[in-house]
Order: sequence, then structure tokens, then C-alpha cells
Amino acid sequence: MSEATMTADGKTQDGQLEFLVKGDHHPQNGTLLGFWLYLMSDCLIFAALFATYGVLARSYAGGPTGMEVFDLTLVAINTSMLLLSSITYGFAMLEMQANRLKGTLIWLGITGLLGAGFLAVELYEFYHLIHIGATPQTSGFLTAFFALVGTHGLHVLFGIVWLVTLLFQLKKHGLIPANKRRVFCLSMFWHFLDVVWVGVFTFVYLMGVLP
Amino acid sequence: MSEHTHDHDHHEAEGPHVSLKEYVTGFVLAVILTVIPFWVVMGNVFESSTTTALVILSFMVVQIFVHMVFFLHMNFHSEGGWNMLALIFTLVLVFITLAGSLWVMISLNNNMMPGMM
Repeated sequence: MSEATMTADGKTQDGQLEFLVKGDHHPQNGTLLGFWLYLMSDCLIFAALFATYGVLARSYAGGPTGMEVFDLTLVAINTSMLLLSSITYGFAMLEMQANRLKGTLIWLGITGLLGAGFLAVELYEFYHLIHIGATPQTSGFLTAFFALVGTHGLHVLFGIVWLVTLLFQLKKHGLIPANKRRVFCLSMFWHFLDVVWVGVFTFVYLMGVLP
Repeated sequence: MSEHTHDHDHHEAEGPHVSLKEYVTGFVLAVILTVIPFWVVMGNVFESSTTTALVILSFMVVQIFVHMVFFLHMNFHSEGGWNMLALIFTLVLVFITLAGSLWVMISLNNNMMPGMM
């Protein structure tokens, strides 16, 4: 029955197996599922980095320990900014659901600013660490720390780049289906980064300062 | 595709339906679940490091669950259950990666430290 559509691309003319079921069973919106699968593979990158950190967490090589270099006040500020940005993104989603472009743009903008604030504090922390001689080359612990936290920070940076791009797209084309899909995908990305950060602040910072 | 006529319905249905209540509940829970571990560590609530570690790790697990449900809208029926299947598969791999690495490397450290050779 789907012969006509399948032969259109000239691939299954000779009666090869059809791998794409054309019935009601495949989801209409492949993008969201595909993006979720990307996030899951990203999760594995972080699993590898967490495992590395777990193995090297106490390999100080005579360098500073977590208790000496971590400033929990900074981490608390960072955590609250990321948490707040999660709910502001939620507000953007609600505005988008109500088809209000302006509200969506404003809440997305606030989310981006909170993300930028998070990055600024993290960069300050890195700068401070390197300044006092706790560079990635100092010990296995610091290498793993910079790799894990740096990768998370890089994700936030790309999230902000994506968010700014999306602001321009929304401004130009409005709340068209494609843009709504993009806002959905970015929301998954953003909340996913928050989930990873929960792991980071518990596993790296809070456990790192324990004696 | 012949979806142009259905385009309106199509994009209305795309993605989960979100509600303010969901986000606020998630946010309040997340704040509570964040503040407690910080307080436990910064206020030196427990004597032993092991107890503290276990407590904050359990809070981490609960908080990740809260984020998954309230912010990422995870459930068993979105995308026909494929989201959940992919998530469970990933969790298994994450567990193997973390537990396996720690197990192997701690055993190596215990058995092959230079002092013992």
C-alpha cells in the first residue's frame, strides 16, 4: 500500500525490505525523540568524566585538596542561578504554550542571563584556581576536576549560544511550529544540564570538601 | 508529506503539555533538596564523612528524579515509551561505567601500589 511512496525515492523498487513502517506506529515528532537520544549519549560522556573524577578524586600528588580549594559559597551561588534558570525556562515554555511571543522572549532572555551569570562565576573560580597554582597539570584530582566541570561549563556556553540564536529566530519568524520545536529541544538540553550540575555539586564539591 | 492540512493539530500536539503547577512544584522540591545537602556539609551536621556522603548522595538521587519528572516531563507514555526505554538503558550504562571503573581502579590501587611490589 505504501509502494508508491517508497518507490518515489527509488530505493525499494526491487521489493527490498521496508525498514520504515508507514503505519500509525511510528511517532509523528521524531525530532524530540532524536534529541532525547542525543542527550542520553551526552549523559554517557558525563558518566565517563564522573567515573574518571571518582577514580582520581583523592590523587592529590602533593597538590591542594578539595577542602583547600573549593569555595562552597561560590558553588551555592552557582547552583541557585542554575536552578532559577530552570524555572525561568519553565515560564518561557508556559508563555510559548499560550502563544505569547513577547513573554517567551523575555523569559528566555532572563534564562540566558542566569546562564551567563553561572558561567561568569565558574570562570572566576577557574581563574582563581589557576592563579593560586591549582592548574589542571598539578594533580590527577585537578585534571579530572577541570575536565568534568569544564565540559559542563562548555555545554552551558553552547546552550547560551543556541538560546541567543533562538531569540533571533523567534523574533524573525515568530512562534511557528519549527521554532516551538527548537524551544522544546533547548528546554530538554537546559534541564539536562541542570541534572548534570546536581551530580557535579554533590559528587565533586560537597563530597570534595569532606575530610 | 501530506501533513500540511494537519499542520495546526500537528504542532499543537508536539511536545508535552506543561503546567505552571508542575514547574513550581519541581522548583520548590529542587530548592529543598539542594539546600539540605549544602546545610549538611557546610554545617558539619554529621561526625562521620561516610554518613554525610551517603546522605548527600541519596539527596542527589532524589533530586535527579525530581528534575526528570517535573522539568524534563519524563513518563512512561511519551514518544510511545521510547524516551523511558532510552533513559533506562542509559542509566544501566552509567551504572556499569561508574561502578565498574571505581571497582576496578580501587582494586588496582589496593593490590598494585608500588610499596607492595
